[in-house]
Amino acid sequence: MLRLDEAIARFVTPGNRVALEGFTHLIPFAAGHEIIRQRIAGLTLIRMTPDLLYDQMIGAGCANRLVFSWGGNPGVGALPRFRDAVEHGWPHPLEIEEHSHAAMAHAYAAGAAGLPCAIFRGYLGSDLPRVNPNIRTVTCPFTGETLASVPAIRPDVTIIHAQQADRDGNVLIDGIVGVQKEAALAASHAIVTVEEIVDRFQAYGRSAVILPSWTIAAVVHAPGGARPSYAHGYYGRDNAFYAGWDAIAKDRDTFRAWLQEHVQ
Amino acid sequence: MTGALACTAAEMMTVAAARALTDDDVCFVGIGLPSAACNLARLTHAPRLRLIYESGTVETRPDVLPLSIGDGELHDTALTTVSVPEIFGYWLQGGRIGVGFLGGAQVDRFGNLNSTVIGPYGSPSVRLPGGGGAPEIATGCGRIYIIMPHTRRAFVERLDFVTSLGHGPTGRERRALGIATEGPALLVTDLCMMKPDPDTKAFEVVSLHPGVTRETVREQTGWALRFASQVGETPPPTSVELDTLRDLQARTARAHGASTGAVPVRGRA
Repeated sequence: MLRLDEAIARFVTPGNRVALEGFTHLIPFAAGHEIIRQRIAGLTLIRMTPDLLYDQMIGAGCANRLVFSWGGNPGVGALPRFRDAVEHGWPHPLEIEEHSHAAMAHAYAAGAAGLPCAIFRGYLGSDLPRVNPNIRTVTCPFTGETLASVPAIRPDVTIIHAQQADRDGNVLIDGIVGVQKEAALAASHAIVTVEEIVDRFQAYGRSAVILPSWTIAAVVHAPGGARPSYAHGYYGRDNAFYAGWDAIAKDRDTFRAWLQEHVQ
Repeated sequence: MTGALACTAAEMMTVAAARALTDDDVCFVGIGLPSAACNLARLTHAPRLRLIYESGTVETRPDVLPLSIGDGELHDTALTTVSVPEIFGYWLQGGRIGVGFLGGAQVDRFGNLNSTVIGPYGSPSVRLPGGGGAPEIATGCGRIYIIMPHTRRAFVERLDFVTSLGHGPTGRERRALGIATEGPALLVTDLCMMKPDPDTKAFEVVSLHPGVTRETVREQTGWALRFASQVGETPPPTSVELDTLRDLQARTARAHGASTGAVPVRGRA
């Protein structure tokens, strides 16, 4: 177990391929903010739904490349800092590698399974393969069917947030579990921030995922570390913050002021 | 709008889309208009309708509409929650989902959708959120219903980018690509309902919402619009449909207006 600043300093270095995952639920905001505070730049940020967290990290200048599949503010609209980076190159140009959700989900699973690529039925008739050279096809050796293939995602570091760790460093994720298990197992190093350290896990939900301690590089006690997203069983999603993000982030100066006041 | 029940064009659109769903459907639901239509159907004529969201929630019965695709409400009211790789692998790609509901920034006459960029991909004038689940929903679900507000900016002759396949640029591409699923079968807008011509696969108007003229629909459509040989009037919302939809939206507004008061924490532990 490490402090958050220690875990980020030890495992995240400039130029890394870093995935901070969590599908609406359990988005590791505290860890992302620590990366911003440590001014770690030149990252390839990987995430299915960049969400407000990557909007903040892109606007803060942490990323020069983004691998993603849906870059919006869910139920609200756009991500202003992501758009400004793609449309105007601010604060600097952002190279994008764009996929579909199915492709990224299968690519994380392939990474966890130690395969070089994912194979699935997808991208049929879409223009995405024309703009992303990492979307290719393979022919099934048994049926001859043409299938889509994308490289496995193998992050240098995956960071996720979870409800609990026990004293041995095992981690419990409950509720909507997203792609976190695959993202953690696909990475060279997995950092898990948690709401609570417990002696032993009590009864948990049907969808729960347990990550054994030996699959994790560092556990960090960071209560509230997923806010303004939510942690099932601990606190709800701050929908008002999501709804108000546009007003903060659409202007570069108000975004910088917000970052200065709340993160740096 | 005529008749005893005054309703907005958006309400008419949501009600019309809800009616397309049946008790036997298994439906892959997107956030926004599809989610409102699907839950309205579940709360009115199709109580057994099975809703699946890409966050992994299977047979979910939310009491309020989720703001995001992964809200806790979806998990709390689900039969089961599975991982995201599983939902796209076993459930969508596995061919277990009959209906997919999609929308986008642009649609063409063959139901192809753009949710990626306006303008050139490398230098877009508007960078949209992107495809998300749509490229595989479009080909993996048994059939597709599209729901979109009807404007000339959105109903275009030619898409800037094909994010998800409808019937293809000429209406014949699905078969050429070996796709067995039906593709877009219904297009519901705030002006009318459209279905594809069985031969050409081009969408044509099959019914106009109450008070809407053919001229209005033509003006708001960027392609040479065709009307079916028989064009009816969409039945206006019943009081049950309208009350149920408004109750759902009022509950949703109350739930989402309530902030937990949290600002992002500094997280130094």
